[in-house]
Amino acid sequence: MTWIDVEIQLLAVVVAVSCALPGVFLVLRRMALMSDAISHSILLGIVLAFFVVEDITHPLLVVAAAATGVLTVGLVELLHRTRKVKEDAAIALVFPALFSIAVILISRYAGSVHLDLDAVLLGEIAFAPFRRLEVGGMDLGPRGLWLMGAILILNVLTILLFYKELKLCTFDAGLAAALGFSPVLVHYAFMTLVSGTAVGAFDSVGSILVVALMIAPPAAAYLLTDRLPHLLLLSGGIGAASAVVGFWLARGLDASIAGSMATMTGVTFLLALLFAPDRGVVAGVRRRARQRVEFAGEMLMIHVLNHEGGVRARVENREDHLQEHLRWSPDFARRVVRHAEREGLIIRTQGGELHLTPLGREFARHRMIH
Amino acid sequence: MTEPAIEVNDLTVAYHERPVLWDMDVRVRAGALTAIVGPNGAGKTTLIKAILGLVSPAAGRIRILGRKYREARREVAYVPQRGTVDWDFPTSVLDVVLMGTYGGLGWMRRPGRKERERAEAALEQVGMEAFAQRQISQLSGGQQQRVFLARALVQDASVYLMDEPFQGVDARTERAIVEVLRHLRERGKTVVAVHHALQTVPEYFDDVVILNVRKIAAGPVAEAFTEQHLRTAYGGRVPFLQGVAPSPPATPGVQESPDPAADRRGTFSGGA
Repeated sequence: MTWIDVEIQLLAVVVAVSCALPGVFLVLRRMALMSDAISHSILLGIVLAFFVVEDITHPLLVVAAAATGVLTVGLVELLHRTRKVKEDAAIALVFPALFSIAVILISRYAGSVHLDLDAVLLGEIAFAPFRRLEVGGMDLGPRGLWLMGAILILNVLTILLFYKELKLCTFDAGLAAALGFSPVLVHYAFMTLVSGTAVGAFDSVGSILVVALMIAPPAAAYLLTDRLPHLLLLSGGIGAASAVVGFWLARGLDASIAGSMATMTGVTFLLALLFAPDRGVVAGVRRRARQRVEFAGEMLMIHVLNHEGGVRARVENREDHLQEHLRWSPDFARRVVRHAEREGLIIRTQGGELHLTPLGREFARHRMIH
Repeated sequence: MTEPAIEVNDLTVAYHERPVLWDMDVRVRAGALTAIVGPNGAGKTTLIKAILGLVSPAAGRIRILGRKYREARREVAYVPQRGTVDWDFPTSVLDVVLMGTYGGLGWMRRPGRKERERAEAALEQVGMEAFAQRQISQLSGGQQQRVFLARALVQDASVYLMDEPFQGVDARTERAIVEVLRHLRERGKTVVAVHHALQTVPEYFDDVVILNVRKIAAGPVAEAFTEQHLRTAYGGRVPFLQGVAPSPPATPGVQESPDPAADRRGTFSGGA
């Protein structure tokens, strides 16, 4: 592993964590799509600022881009408030408009300079280590790492300092306003943070993959925890892990690093969706299967109780009879009987007759009453 | 008469030039339990929100304890409708109740041990102390409502504004809430609640405001809560109209009846 590899991975981790933290609140505010809108429309800010300063590394580009992000949020809300279009439609109308203006401007006027569309869409994290920050001839490391590091610190500080306000405004904006915390102010401050993060990450991973890094880790973490602090930590962790694994995946496949990172966030989400302990698909299927067997066990015991001591008990209370009487498949009947046997509720005689244990009888009677 | 807890003068609220509240004058008696009733779309929630400064009125003046809301904020607690928040939000019951302390803390300061103790005490008041660490999505509707109530109690305000606190709750929660309301009144607090179940208005509340965009009637239940006023508000389709209100009002002595159930029977079977 070369030093360049280390620098790229470090940058990838910083980008991923910076995106995942505000992403948590985007997901909770049901504004996931806004990240898509912002990450695209910031291009217009970059292009316009570039025309003014004619320097792709100028800090004004970042400021202008972030401002365009906030402008996007404002325009979407303005359009939505006319009540002529729904919010998702408003998003889909605003950001392509801004993005397409930027695309026209680039293709028409900036064709010769270093602002090409591939880089816009996919980023160029692999080249990040070649753009150094030098002060007085001293090499301080990749520029992108400094920019992204600053954004990460800003995000962490903002969330730490305004955790309470962000939480309250996200959970109950009405109460927040009544208590004197302006939800509108918090909203726009937060969207500025998202825009700034998108601008920084845009440089490394491009406009499309920013969305994956912002939304997939929180969405995965949301399946694993139900506490906000854990959600933030887990999202950061999932983002960081996806970044590193993504880097090595790209190495192995000789493919785009940004693409592999985003793929890994998707894979992590898929794993969480399938295998999350409580909310995962597998856990859900198993829980339903268990409930089915447990309920069937209760039916079985009540059935046995009803026929106990009766003339037909010998015929009714047999496993093979259940198939006919309770309409269970032979396989299912076997499973239910075995489950009840294991729980000590039922015993099977040598002749295959089913008898309730004292515990089973009590249980069945109890269930019949309630 | 003492100074009203809330005074609303000439209040008009409009959404897109459509009036939701029209020239409303309301005086809420301090230290009393006041119900706001009216049909759907009558502007009940809007009235609460206007008092809280959450919607900006087209005209009118609102004073809480003689001051503007902005200056009286610490004295006002708010219980929004339960359905206005996302109960899947990743947080615990205690954490939601703690939100009631945020106003007193101001920006950036975090709740500490003192706030936690107050939140726990409020949970105990609504009988939810055992649920403090529970994830809020695991609560029943009634439990959610009690958590919201605890959050308002933590604010330790003088005026409590509640938007449908009894909406869709179980009998146990309803009793718990009534208990809390009476306890608040004993301590001299003012409670204003949007209320839907007309048949419980005389039992639970002292005063009533009946509205339908305009104010129809307001005052002590015995005087204002009449069949005629309700008919005006609900356009003849009064739910539970069967003797819902005494008209003319029952003798004041009925209020003192030692058995509240008998009191209710007396009130409700009359007009049928």
